[in-house]
Amino acid sequence: MNQIKMIKVNAIKNGTVIDHIAAGKALKVIDILTLTGNNAVMIGMNLVSNRIGKKDIVKIENRELSKEEVNSIALIAPSATLIIIKDFEVVNKTSFDMPEYVEEHIICPNPKCITNSEDIPSKFYINNAEIATARCVYCEKKYLVEDLRIKI
Amino acid sequence: MKNLISMRDLSKEDIMRLMDTAAKIENGEIVPDMQRKLAALLFFEPSTRTMFSFDTAMKRMNGDTIIMSGTKNTSAKKGETFADTLQTIAQYSDIIIMRSPIEGAARYAAEVVDIPVVNAGDGANQHPTQALLDLYSIIKTQGKLENLKIGLAGDLRFGRTVHSLAQAMAVFGAEFKFISPSFLQMPEYIKDDLTEQNIKFEEFKDMEGNIDDLDILYVTRIQKERFADPEDYAKVKGSYVLNKTMLPNVKENFKVLHPLPRVDEIHTDVDDTKFAYYFPQAKNGVYTRQAIISILLGEV
Ligand SMILES: [Zn+2]
Repeated sequence: MNQIKMIKVNAIKNGTVIDHIAAGKALKVIDILTLTGNNAVMIGMNLVSNRIGKKDIVKIENRELSKEEVNSIALIAPSATLIIIKDFEVVNKTSFDMPEYVEEHIICPNPKCITNSEDIPSKFYINNAEIATARCVYCEKKYLVEDLRIKI
Repeated sequence: MKNLISMRDLSKEDIMRLMDTAAKIENGEIVPDMQRKLAALLFFEPSTRTMFSFDTAMKRMNGDTIIMSGTKNTSAKKGETFADTLQTIAQYSDIIIMRSPIEGAARYAAEVVDIPVVNAGDGANQHPTQALLDLYSIIKTQGKLENLKIGLAGDLRFGRTVHSLAQAMAVFGAEFKFISPSFLQMPEYIKDDLTEQNIKFEEFKDMEGNIDDLDILYVTRIQKERFADPEDYAKVKGSYVLNKTMLPNVKENFKVLHPLPRVDEIHTDVDDTKFAYYFPQAKNGVYTRQAIISILLGEV
Protein backbone atom coordinates (compact mmCIF):
# COMPACT_ATOMS: atom_id res chain seq x y z
CA MET A 1 0.00 0.00 0.00
CA ASN A 2 2.73 2.38 0.99
CA GLN A 3 4.62 1.53 -2.11
CA ILE A 4 1.64 2.24 -4.37
CA LYS A 5 1.15 5.57 -2.66
CA MET A 6 4.79 6.38 -3.30
CA ILE A 7 4.45 5.67 -6.97
CA LYS A 8 1.22 7.53 -7.46
CA VAL A 9 1.65 10.63 -5.40
CA ASN A 10 5.08 11.01 -4.01
CA ALA A 11 7.07 10.23 -7.09
CA ILE A 12 7.60 13.88 -7.90
CA LYS A 13 9.43 16.27 -5.64
CA ASN A 14 7.69 19.47 -6.66
CA GLY A 15 4.79 19.96 -8.99
CA THR A 16 1.15 19.13 -9.65
CA VAL A 17 -0.81 15.90 -9.53
CA ILE A 18 -4.23 15.62 -11.13
CA ASP A 19 -5.82 12.57 -9.55
CA HIS A 20 -9.18 10.81 -9.94
CA ILE A 21 -9.56 11.75 -13.59
CA ALA A 22 -12.37 9.66 -15.10
CA ALA A 23 -10.73 6.72 -16.90
CA GLY A 24 -9.83 7.54 -20.48
CA LYS A 25 -9.73 11.33 -20.02
CA ALA A 26 -6.03 11.71 -19.10
CA LEU A 27 -4.98 12.49 -22.66
CA LYS A 28 -7.61 15.24 -22.87
CA VAL A 29 -6.11 16.74 -19.73
CA ILE A 30 -2.68 16.58 -21.38
CA ASP A 31 -4.10 18.38 -24.42
CA ILE A 32 -5.16 21.29 -22.23
CA LEU A 33 -1.75 21.69 -20.60
CA THR A 34 0.81 23.54 -22.65
CA LEU A 35 3.77 21.41 -21.74
CA THR A 36 7.23 22.55 -22.65
CA GLY A 37 9.92 19.97 -23.13
CA ASN A 38 11.34 20.69 -19.69
CA ASN A 39 8.73 19.21 -17.37
CA ALA A 40 8.71 15.53 -16.46
CA VAL A 41 5.18 14.23 -17.04
CA MET A 42 3.76 10.90 -15.86
CA ILE A 43 0.46 9.55 -17.05
CA GLY A 44 -1.33 6.63 -15.45
CA MET A 45 -4.42 5.22 -17.10
CA ASN A 46 -7.10 2.77 -15.99
CA LEU A 47 -5.74 2.50 -12.47
CA VAL A 48 -7.95 1.01 -9.77
CA SER A 49 -9.62 3.62 -7.58
CA ASN A 50 -11.73 2.93 -4.51
CA ARG A 51 -13.60 6.13 -5.14
CA ILE A 52 -14.48 6.08 -8.83
CA GLY A 53 -13.75 2.51 -9.97
CA LYS A 54 -11.15 3.10 -12.65
CA LYS A 55 -9.23 6.31 -12.87
CA ASP A 56 -6.50 8.12 -14.73
CA ILE A 57 -3.79 10.23 -13.12
CA VAL A 58 -1.43 12.90 -14.45
CA LYS A 59 1.68 14.17 -12.67
CA ILE A 60 3.76 17.10 -13.85
CA GLU A 61 7.02 18.07 -12.23
CA ASN A 62 7.89 21.70 -11.45
CA ARG A 63 4.71 23.08 -12.84
CA GLU A 64 1.63 24.82 -11.45
CA LEU A 65 -1.58 25.19 -13.40
CA SER A 66 -2.94 28.50 -14.61
CA LYS A 67 -6.50 29.49 -13.71
CA GLU A 68 -7.56 28.89 -17.31
CA GLU A 69 -6.05 25.42 -17.29
CA VAL A 70 -7.83 24.56 -14.04
CA ASN A 71 -11.15 25.80 -15.46
CA SER A 72 -10.81 23.82 -18.67
CA ILE A 73 -9.81 20.63 -16.84
CA ALA A 74 -12.84 21.09 -14.57
CA LEU A 75 -15.03 20.98 -17.68
CA ILE A 76 -13.71 17.72 -19.08
CA ALA A 77 -12.76 15.97 -15.82
CA PRO A 78 -15.09 17.33 -13.13
CA SER A 79 -14.41 14.39 -10.80
CA ALA A 80 -10.67 15.07 -10.60
CA THR A 81 -8.62 16.22 -7.61
CA LEU A 82 -5.89 18.82 -7.85
CA ILE A 83 -2.88 18.13 -5.63
CA ILE A 84 0.08 20.45 -5.16
CA ILE A 85 3.34 18.77 -4.12
CA LYS A 86 6.23 20.54 -2.45
CA ASP A 87 9.24 18.59 -1.24
CA PHE A 88 7.38 15.31 -1.69
CA GLU A 89 4.60 16.57 0.61
CA VAL A 90 0.99 17.23 -0.34
CA VAL A 91 0.61 20.92 0.48
CA ASN A 92 -2.81 21.45 -1.07
CA LYS A 93 -5.62 19.19 -2.26
CA THR A 94 -8.76 20.59 -3.89
CA SER A 95 -11.53 19.45 -6.17
CA PHE A 96 -12.03 21.05 -9.57
CA ASP A 97 -15.06 23.30 -9.31
CA MET A 98 -17.14 23.77 -12.44
CA PRO A 99 -16.18 27.28 -13.60
CA GLU A 100 -18.65 29.92 -14.74
CA TYR A 101 -16.43 30.91 -17.63
CA VAL A 102 -13.63 29.29 -19.66
CA GLU A 103 -11.25 30.75 -22.15
CA GLU A 104 -8.93 29.38 -24.80
CA HIS A 105 -8.81 25.56 -24.58
CA ILE A 106 -12.24 24.57 -25.88
CA ILE A 107 -13.20 24.39 -29.56
CA CYS A 108 -16.53 25.93 -30.52
CA PRO A 109 -18.36 23.16 -32.44
CA ASN A 110 -20.01 25.73 -34.74
CA PRO A 111 -18.00 25.83 -38.00
CA LYS A 112 -19.39 29.31 -38.77
CA CYS A 113 -18.17 30.71 -35.45
CA ILE A 114 -15.51 33.41 -35.66
CA THR A 115 -13.29 31.45 -33.26
CA ASN A 116 -12.93 28.88 -36.04
CA SER A 117 -12.02 31.34 -38.79
CA GLU A 118 -9.83 33.83 -36.90
CA ASP A 119 -6.94 32.98 -34.66
CA ILE A 120 -8.62 34.08 -31.42
CA PRO A 121 -9.25 32.26 -28.12
CA SER A 122 -12.68 30.77 -27.62
CA LYS A 123 -14.77 31.90 -24.65
CA PHE A 124 -17.68 30.08 -23.04
CA TYR A 125 -20.12 30.82 -20.25
CA ILE A 126 -20.95 27.65 -18.33
CA ASN A 127 -24.34 26.86 -16.88
CA ASN A 128 -23.68 24.30 -14.19
CA ALA A 129 -27.16 22.80 -14.15
CA GLU A 130 -27.92 19.11 -13.70
CA ILE A 131 -26.81 18.73 -17.30
CA ALA A 132 -24.03 21.29 -17.66
CA THR A 133 -24.13 23.47 -20.78
CA ALA A 134 -21.73 25.98 -22.32
CA ARG A 135 -22.68 29.01 -24.40
CA CYS A 136 -20.14 30.46 -26.83
CA VAL A 137 -19.59 34.18 -26.16
CA TYR A 138 -19.23 34.85 -29.90
CA CYS A 139 -21.75 32.77 -31.87
CA GLU A 140 -24.02 32.38 -28.78
CA LYS A 141 -24.75 28.72 -29.54
CA LYS A 142 -25.32 26.47 -26.55
CA TYR A 143 -23.69 23.03 -26.17
CA LEU A 144 -23.60 20.18 -23.69
CA VAL A 145 -20.33 20.40 -21.79
CA GLU A 146 -19.75 16.67 -22.28
CA ASP A 147 -19.79 17.16 -26.07
CA LEU A 148 -17.06 19.81 -26.13
CA ARG A 149 -13.64 19.05 -27.59
CA ILE A 150 -10.21 20.33 -26.63
CA LYS A 151 -8.07 22.41 -28.93
CA ILE A 152 -4.76 20.65 -29.56
CA MET B 1 -24.75 51.03 -23.81
CA LYS B 2 -21.44 50.97 -25.62
CA ASN B 3 -22.25 48.60 -28.50
CA LEU B 4 -25.30 46.83 -29.90
CA ILE B 5 -24.28 43.25 -30.55
CA SER B 6 -27.05 40.94 -29.35
CA MET B 7 -30.59 41.17 -27.97
CA ARG B 8 -29.28 39.04 -25.10
CA ASP B 9 -27.28 42.00 -23.84
CA LEU B 10 -30.30 44.30 -23.55
CA SER B 11 -32.36 44.73 -20.40
CA LYS B 12 -36.03 45.62 -20.54
CA GLU B 13 -34.99 49.16 -19.57
CA ASP B 14 -32.49 49.37 -22.46
CA ILE B 15 -35.21 48.27 -24.88
CA MET B 16 -37.72 50.80 -23.52
CA ARG B 17 -35.15 53.59 -23.72
CA LEU B 18 -34.53 52.73 -27.37
CA MET B 19 -38.27 52.64 -28.10
CA ASP B 20 -38.76 55.98 -26.38
CA THR B 21 -35.85 57.60 -28.24
CA ALA B 22 -37.09 56.27 -31.61
CA ALA B 23 -40.55 57.72 -30.89
CA LYS B 24 -39.08 61.11 -29.96
CA ILE B 25 -36.96 61.15 -33.11
CA GLU B 26 -39.99 60.25 -35.20
CA ASN B 27 -42.19 63.00 -33.74
CA GLY B 28 -39.42 65.59 -33.85
CA GLU B 29 -39.05 65.99 -30.11
CA ILE B 30 -35.40 65.00 -30.44
CA VAL B 31 -33.37 66.09 -33.46
CA PRO B 32 -29.98 64.37 -33.20
CA ASP B 33 -27.22 66.17 -35.02
CA MET B 34 -24.60 63.91 -36.57
CA GLN B 35 -22.87 66.62 -38.54
CA ARG B 36 -19.17 65.72 -38.85
CA LYS B 37 -19.96 62.17 -37.69
CA LEU B 38 -18.99 59.29 -39.95
CA ALA B 39 -20.41 55.78 -39.82
CA ALA B 40 -18.44 52.96 -41.45
CA LEU B 41 -20.86 50.47 -43.01
CA LEU B 42 -18.93 47.22 -43.35
CA PHE B 43 -21.06 44.73 -45.23
CA PHE B 44 -19.03 41.56 -45.72
CA GLU B 45 -22.22 39.97 -46.98
CA PRO B 46 -24.61 41.87 -49.24
CA SER B 47 -27.85 43.16 -47.76
CA THR B 48 -28.93 46.17 -49.74
CA ARG B 49 -32.01 46.93 -47.63
CA THR B 50 -30.30 46.87 -44.27
CA MET B 51 -27.43 48.93 -45.67
CA PHE B 52 -29.79 51.52 -47.19
CA SER B 53 -31.70 51.73 -43.93
CA PHE B 54 -28.54 52.52 -41.93
CA ASP B 55 -27.29 54.88 -44.65
CA THR B 56 -30.64 56.72 -44.58
CA ALA B 57 -30.66 56.86 -40.78
CA MET B 58 -27.21 58.45 -40.73
CA LYS B 59 -27.98 60.93 -43.53
CA ARG B 60 -31.34 61.95 -42.00
CA MET B 61 -29.28 63.14 -39.03
CA ASN B 62 -26.84 65.10 -41.22
CA GLY B 63 -24.19 62.46 -40.71
CA ASP B 64 -22.18 60.73 -43.38
CA THR B 65 -21.16 57.18 -44.22
CA ILE B 66 -18.30 55.28 -45.78
CA ILE B 67 -19.28 51.96 -47.26
CA MET B 68 -17.36 48.76 -47.75
CA SER B 69 -19.50 46.12 -49.34
CA GLY B 70 -19.56 42.77 -51.04
CA THR B 71 -16.21 41.21 -50.24
CA LYS B 72 -16.08 38.38 -47.80
CA ASN B 73 -13.27 39.78 -45.74
CA THR B 74 -11.89 43.02 -47.10
CA SER B 75 -8.16 42.61 -47.03
CA ALA B 76 -7.98 38.88 -46.56
CA LYS B 77 -6.39 38.65 -49.98
CA LYS B 78 -3.55 40.90 -48.93
CA GLY B 79 -3.05 38.81 -45.79
CA GLU B 80 -4.23 41.47 -43.38
CA THR B 81 -5.94 40.13 -40.28
CA PHE B 82 -9.58 40.95 -39.58
CA ALA B 83 -8.45 42.75 -36.42
CA ASP B 84 -6.11 45.03 -38.41
CA THR B 85 -8.83 45.84 -40.93
CA LEU B 86 -11.14 46.84 -38.08
CA GLN B 87 -8.47 48.88 -36.31
CA THR B 88 -7.79 50.80 -39.50
CA ILE B 89 -11.46 51.52 -40.22
CA ALA B 90 -11.85 52.65 -36.61
CA GLN B 91 -9.23 55.37 -37.24
CA TYR B 92 -11.45 56.90 -39.94
CA SER B 93 -14.91 56.64 -38.43
CA ASP B 94 -17.00 57.30 -35.31
CA ILE B 95 -19.08 54.12 -35.35
CA ILE B 96 -18.84 50.75 -37.12
CA ILE B 97 -21.98 49.10 -38.47
CA MET B 98 -21.17 45.59 -39.55
CA ARG B 99 -22.79 42.71 -41.37
CA SER B 100 -20.96 39.40 -41.69
CA PRO B 101 -21.73 35.78 -42.53
CA ILE B 102 -19.39 34.81 -39.68
CA GLU B 103 -21.15 34.29 -36.36
CA GLY B 104 -19.70 36.36 -33.55
CA ALA B 105 -17.89 38.75 -35.94
CA ALA B 106 -19.54 41.84 -34.43
CA ARG B 107 -18.83 40.71 -30.85
CA TYR B 108 -15.19 40.27 -31.80
CA ALA B 109 -15.08 43.64 -33.58
CA ALA B 110 -16.37 45.32 -30.42
CA GLU B 111 -13.49 43.75 -28.48
CA VAL B 112 -10.92 45.00 -31.00
CA VAL B 113 -11.93 48.63 -31.56
CA ASP B 114 -12.60 51.52 -29.18
CA ILE B 115 -15.50 53.04 -31.11
CA PRO B 116 -19.08 51.68 -30.86
CA VAL B 117 -20.02 48.66 -32.98
CA VAL B 118 -23.52 47.84 -34.23
CA ASN B 119 -24.26 44.30 -35.35
CA ALA B 120 -26.22 44.48 -38.61
CA GLY B 121 -26.46 40.69 -38.76
CA ASP B 122 -23.90 37.96 -38.06
CA GLY B 123 -24.73 34.76 -39.95
CA ALA B 124 -27.58 32.83 -38.39
CA ASN B 125 -26.87 34.37 -35.01
CA GLN B 126 -28.22 37.86 -34.28
CA HIS B 127 -29.74 40.82 -36.09
CA PRO B 128 -30.65 43.06 -33.15
CA THR B 129 -31.60 46.18 -35.12
CA GLN B 130 -34.22 44.16 -37.01
CA ALA B 131 -35.59 42.83 -33.71
CA LEU B 132 -35.72 46.36 -32.29
CA LEU B 133 -37.50 47.83 -35.31
CA ASP B 134 -40.01 44.97 -35.06
CA LEU B 135 -40.55 45.82 -31.40
CA TYR B 136 -40.93 49.48 -32.28
CA SER B 137 -43.54 48.58 -34.90
CA ILE B 138 -45.40 46.47 -32.35
CA ILE B 139 -45.39 49.13 -29.63
CA LYS B 140 -46.49 51.79 -32.14
CA THR B 141 -49.45 49.76 -33.37
CA GLN B 142 -50.46 48.13 -30.08
CA GLY B 143 -49.53 50.87 -27.61
CA LYS B 144 -47.65 48.34 -25.49
CA LEU B 145 -45.33 45.33 -25.66
CA GLU B 146 -46.79 43.42 -22.70
CA ASN B 147 -49.07 40.39 -22.96
CA LEU B 148 -49.72 40.35 -26.69
CA LYS B 149 -50.74 37.36 -28.77
CA ILE B 150 -48.33 36.99 -31.66
CA GLY B 151 -48.43 34.68 -34.67
CA LEU B 152 -45.16 33.84 -36.41
CA ALA B 153 -45.66 32.26 -39.82
CA GLY B 154 -43.47 30.81 -42.58
CA ASP B 155 -39.92 29.57 -42.21
CA LEU B 156 -39.48 29.44 -38.46
CA ARG B 157 -36.52 27.08 -38.56
CA PHE B 158 -33.95 29.13 -40.44
CA GLY B 159 -35.43 32.58 -39.89
CA ARG B 160 -33.08 34.47 -37.59
CA THR B 161 -35.59 37.34 -37.46
CA VAL B 162 -38.37 35.25 -35.95
CA HIS B 163 -35.97 33.73 -33.42
CA SER B 164 -34.86 37.14 -32.14
CA LEU B 165 -38.43 38.40 -32.10
CA ALA B 166 -39.70 35.39 -30.15
CA GLN B 167 -36.91 35.81 -27.60
CA ALA B 168 -37.42 39.56 -27.32
CA MET B 169 -41.22 39.35 -26.98
CA ALA B 170 -40.95 36.55 -24.41
CA VAL B 171 -39.41 39.09 -22.02
CA PHE B 172 -42.71 40.98 -22.26
CA GLY B 173 -44.91 37.96 -21.58
CA ALA B 174 -46.17 37.32 -25.10
CA GLU B 175 -48.18 34.29 -26.13
CA PHE B 176 -47.25 32.70 -29.47
CA LYS B 177 -48.76 30.77 -32.33
CA PHE B 178 -46.10 29.20 -34.56
CA ILE B 179 -47.43 28.52 -38.05
CA SER B 180 -45.12 26.55 -40.37
CA PRO B 181 -44.62 23.33 -42.35
CA SER B 182 -43.46 20.60 -39.97
CA PHE B 183 -39.86 20.56 -41.17
CA LEU B 184 -39.58 24.36 -40.86
CA GLN B 185 -40.80 24.47 -37.26
CA MET B 186 -39.35 26.68 -34.54
CA PRO B 187 -36.10 25.03 -33.35
CA GLU B 188 -36.11 23.10 -30.07
CA TYR B 189 -33.59 25.42 -28.40
CA ILE B 190 -35.89 28.41 -28.87
CA LYS B 191 -38.87 26.45 -27.60
CA ASP B 192 -36.82 25.31 -24.60
CA ASP B 193 -35.93 28.94 -23.84
CA LEU B 194 -39.62 29.89 -23.99
CA THR B 195 -40.71 26.97 -21.82
CA GLU B 196 -38.10 27.95 -19.24
CA GLN B 197 -39.68 31.42 -19.13
CA ASN B 198 -43.21 29.97 -18.82
CA ILE B 199 -44.19 31.39 -22.20
CA LYS B 200 -47.21 29.76 -23.85
CA PHE B 201 -46.94 28.68 -27.48
CA GLU B 202 -48.85 26.43 -29.85
CA GLU B 203 -47.85 25.07 -33.27
CA PHE B 204 -50.01 24.98 -36.38
CA LYS B 205 -49.70 23.95 -40.02
CA ASP B 206 -52.20 26.43 -41.49
CA MET B 207 -52.54 30.17 -41.42
CA GLU B 208 -56.25 29.97 -42.15
CA GLY B 209 -58.40 29.72 -39.03
CA ASN B 210 -55.54 30.60 -36.72
CA ILE B 211 -55.28 34.37 -36.99
CA ASP B 212 -58.55 35.72 -35.59
CA ASP B 213 -57.33 35.97 -32.00
CA LEU B 214 -53.93 37.51 -32.84
CA ASP B 215 -52.71 41.05 -32.20
CA ILE B 216 -49.76 40.65 -34.58
CA LEU B 217 -49.11 38.27 -37.46
CA TYR B 218 -45.45 38.24 -38.46
CA VAL B 219 -45.05 36.63 -41.88
CA THR B 220 -41.74 35.41 -43.31
CA ARG B 221 -40.85 33.98 -46.66
CA ILE B 222 -40.55 30.24 -47.24
CA GLN B 223 -37.71 29.67 -49.67
CA LYS B 224 -38.38 27.14 -52.37
CA GLU B 225 -34.77 25.94 -52.07
CA ARG B 226 -35.48 24.59 -48.58
CA PHE B 227 -37.57 21.85 -50.14
CA ALA B 228 -35.83 18.80 -51.62
CA ASP B 229 -38.84 18.08 -53.83
CA PRO B 230 -40.47 21.02 -55.67
CA GLU B 231 -43.80 19.18 -55.49
CA ASP B 232 -43.68 19.30 -51.69
CA TYR B 233 -43.24 23.04 -51.93
CA ALA B 234 -46.19 23.38 -54.28
CA LYS B 235 -48.32 21.32 -51.89
CA VAL B 236 -47.76 23.40 -48.75
CA LYS B 237 -47.19 26.84 -50.28
CA GLY B 238 -50.86 27.84 -50.21
CA SER B 239 -51.13 27.26 -46.46
CA TYR B 240 -48.73 30.13 -45.79
CA VAL B 241 -50.07 32.82 -48.08
CA LEU B 242 -52.12 35.54 -46.42
CA ASN B 243 -54.89 37.08 -48.48
CA LYS B 244 -57.77 39.46 -47.91
CA THR B 245 -60.44 36.74 -47.65
CA MET B 246 -58.81 35.52 -44.42
CA LEU B 247 -59.24 38.86 -42.66
CA PRO B 248 -62.99 39.47 -41.98
CA ASN B 249 -62.91 38.29 -38.36
CA VAL B 250 -59.53 39.54 -37.18
CA LYS B 251 -59.24 41.88 -34.19
CA GLU B 252 -59.58 45.65 -34.63
CA ASN B 253 -55.97 46.21 -33.58
CA PHE B 254 -54.62 43.35 -35.74
CA LYS B 255 -51.51 44.17 -37.80
CA VAL B 256 -49.49 42.19 -40.33
CA LEU B 257 -45.70 42.57 -40.22
CA HIS B 258 -43.06 41.26 -42.63
CA PRO B 259 -39.28 41.91 -42.65
CA LEU B 260 -39.36 42.34 -46.48
CA PRO B 261 -38.59 41.58 -49.25
CA ARG B 262 -41.89 39.82 -49.81
CA VAL B 263 -42.39 37.35 -52.63
CA ASP B 264 -45.97 36.07 -52.63
CA GLU B 265 -46.59 35.08 -48.99
CA ILE B 266 -48.75 38.18 -48.51
CA HIS B 267 -51.13 38.74 -51.41
CA THR B 268 -51.09 42.32 -52.68
CA ASP B 269 -54.83 42.55 -51.94
CA VAL B 270 -53.87 42.82 -48.26
CA ASP B 271 -51.83 45.97 -48.93
CA ASP B 272 -54.88 48.28 -49.03
CA THR B 273 -56.39 47.00 -45.79
CA LYS B 274 -55.80 48.76 -42.50
CA PHE B 275 -54.10 45.61 -41.26
CA ALA B 276 -51.08 45.89 -43.57
CA TYR B 277 -48.13 47.40 -41.73
CA TYR B 278 -45.02 46.07 -43.51
CA PHE B 279 -44.13 49.26 -45.37
CA PRO B 280 -44.45 51.55 -42.33
CA GLN B 281 -42.43 48.86 -40.54
CA ALA B 282 -39.54 49.47 -42.96
CA LYS B 283 -39.79 53.20 -42.23
CA ASN B 284 -39.73 52.45 -38.51
CA GLY B 285 -36.40 50.79 -39.17
CA VAL B 286 -34.89 54.17 -39.98
CA TYR B 287 -36.17 55.78 -36.74
CA THR B 288 -35.00 52.79 -34.72
CA ARG B 289 -31.53 52.89 -36.28
CA GLN B 290 -31.34 56.65 -35.76
CA ALA B 291 -32.11 56.04 -32.09
CA ILE B 292 -29.47 53.29 -31.80
CA ILE B 293 -26.75 55.38 -33.43
CA SER B 294 -27.66 58.47 -31.38
CA ILE B 295 -27.56 56.59 -28.08
CA LEU B 296 -24.27 54.86 -28.89
CA LEU B 297 -22.65 58.13 -29.91
CA GLY B 298 -23.95 59.84 -26.79
CA GLU B 299 -25.99 62.37 -28.74
CA VAL B 300 -29.19 61.82 -26.78
ZN1 LIG C 1 -18.94 29.88 -31.19
